[in-house]
Amino acid sequence: MSFDIKKIREDFPILKRKVNGAPLVYLDNAATSQKPQQVIDCIVDYYSNYNANIHRGVHTLSQEATDAYEKARKTLQQHFNAAQVHEVLFTSGTTEGINLVASGFSEILKPEDEIIVSALEHHSNIVPWQMLCEKTGAKLKVIPMCEDGSLQMDVYDTLLNDKTKLVFVNHISNALGIINPIETIIEKAHQVGAAVLIDGAQACSHIKADVQALDVDFYVTSAHKMCGPTGVGMLYMKEDWGKKLPPYQGGGEMIATVTFEKTTYAEMPHKFEAGTPNICGGIAFGAAVDYLNEIGFDAIKKQEAALLDYATAQLLQIEGLKIYGTASEKTSVISFNVGEIHPYDIGTILDKLGIAVRTGHHCAQPIMDFYCIPGTVRASFAFYNSIEEVDALVHAVKKATMMLS
Amino acid sequence: MTIKEIQEELIDEFAMFDDWMQKYEYMIDLGKSLPLIDPVLKTDDKLIKGCQSKVWLQSEMQDDKVVFTADSDAIITKGIIAILIRVFSNQTPDAIVSANTDFIAEIGLQEHLSPTRANGLVSMVKQMKLYAIAYQATNK
Repeated sequence: MSFDIKKIREDFPILKRKVNGAPLVYLDNAATSQKPQQVIDCIVDYYSNYNANIHRGVHTLSQEATDAYEKARKTLQQHFNAAQVHEVLFTSGTTEGINLVASGFSEILKPEDEIIVSALEHHSNIVPWQMLCEKTGAKLKVIPMCEDGSLQMDVYDTLLNDKTKLVFVNHISNALGIINPIETIIEKAHQVGAAVLIDGAQACSHIKADVQALDVDFYVTSAHKMCGPTGVGMLYMKEDWGKKLPPYQGGGEMIATVTFEKTTYAEMPHKFEAGTPNICGGIAFGAAVDYLNEIGFDAIKKQEAALLDYATAQLLQIEGLKIYGTASEKTSVISFNVGEIHPYDIGTILDKLGIAVRTGHHCAQPIMDFYCIPGTVRASFAFYNSIEEVDALVHAVKKATMMLS
Repeated sequence: MTIKEIQEELIDEFAMFDDWMQKYEYMIDLGKSLPLIDPVLKTDDKLIKGCQSKVWLQSEMQDDKVVFTADSDAIITKGIIAILIRVFSNQTPDAIVSANTDFIAEIGLQEHLSPTRANGLVSMVKQMKLYAIAYQATNK
């Protein structure tokens, strides 16, 4: 399929709206992506035509809903190239996926054990591990970052040892957009017998991750970053771990037999999916992945690279503008400040001009502390953004800078 | 002037602006003209929580009036502070506690009242009123 930006933009009804009288320029894609009509239609279709609870009804609607939900799981399996469909678990999102793994490891870890996280993590990827360490007595170690936003891989080597049980790194950092060398991280962790969880929340809209090629133990992501709905995500869990880890929550769906003396748990995925899931969300997640694959990840990558290169060159022409996260391996995220102007001020003026960006610490306070800044303005591009929108951003940043200097 | 009179004066002033840009340029000017607070007073205990930009607020009683001084690291926030100080500083605790804040929407800054802004306008007003309540209590 050839890449026709005009036609693709037609798929996203929200891109037609105006904000503060100006056409919306949506550049907060790293926070959440917009939804194409195909995904919106899928949600409407579910509630209009076959809404029912899944996995137990014998009636037609329940079977249709179950089929659609399990078909979505299959879509995810194929997309992420999981060896088996039951290794794909539905969650409420990346954060739940991380907490599920952390909770499982709380039964396994001993006080002498160690966990490694990176300095680039989102808050949601730090807090569960701190809680886990408090509970188990295990130690938390951090891979530090370099000035350009990449990880100090030589330090990583020194942190690994036979006490390391888990390594947690994001595939792509949300604040800076830097792609981490997860292949190397996984390989080295496995050499000392540690498991690896990769947070793919920022990656999956840009990169097609292959969990078998990566040989990763756990991989989490959220549908809403991938043109799907909020409140649903995926946890890929290698089958071995699915057997080793205890269930996350008690409830319906996750049991095989229940008596008052003893409950036996269902096999994965149901062992980790207690209660009625986000059925519509799961089905629409599948539709979103189908949509992205129809556009094609090569085409997505090409368009986003063009936007990133153009925006970087244009923004750098603004006097005093500094970009944070300059490592060569990065996705279409530009985190910046202009001189001493507070990012909040720039974000406020951009909003008045119809441009949606994120300002603040992007839930990654340690990174901001590293650069000694209160936060940044973050423009994050998706394949449905246009070169004209980059021009609008650059123009608006210039205008804001003039007003605020 | 009473709080009500100052608020009406502000509404008249802001009514002169034809568009948002003039309004924001005025706020930025107000922000720049706000007297800086002594750096030694910019301590964490004076920080208002829930702001994306840092806001320090200090108060003291002069005769029977509450005098507020405040500062921020963001200039638009400073503009908002300047407006709030103009309204609430040099007023009695009773007047501050009973004042309403409808004027903020009337001067077209309602977007700063939204919880997602997290710029702390709401927190600032709340903190000013809390100080006033505290002074009310100590005076009784």
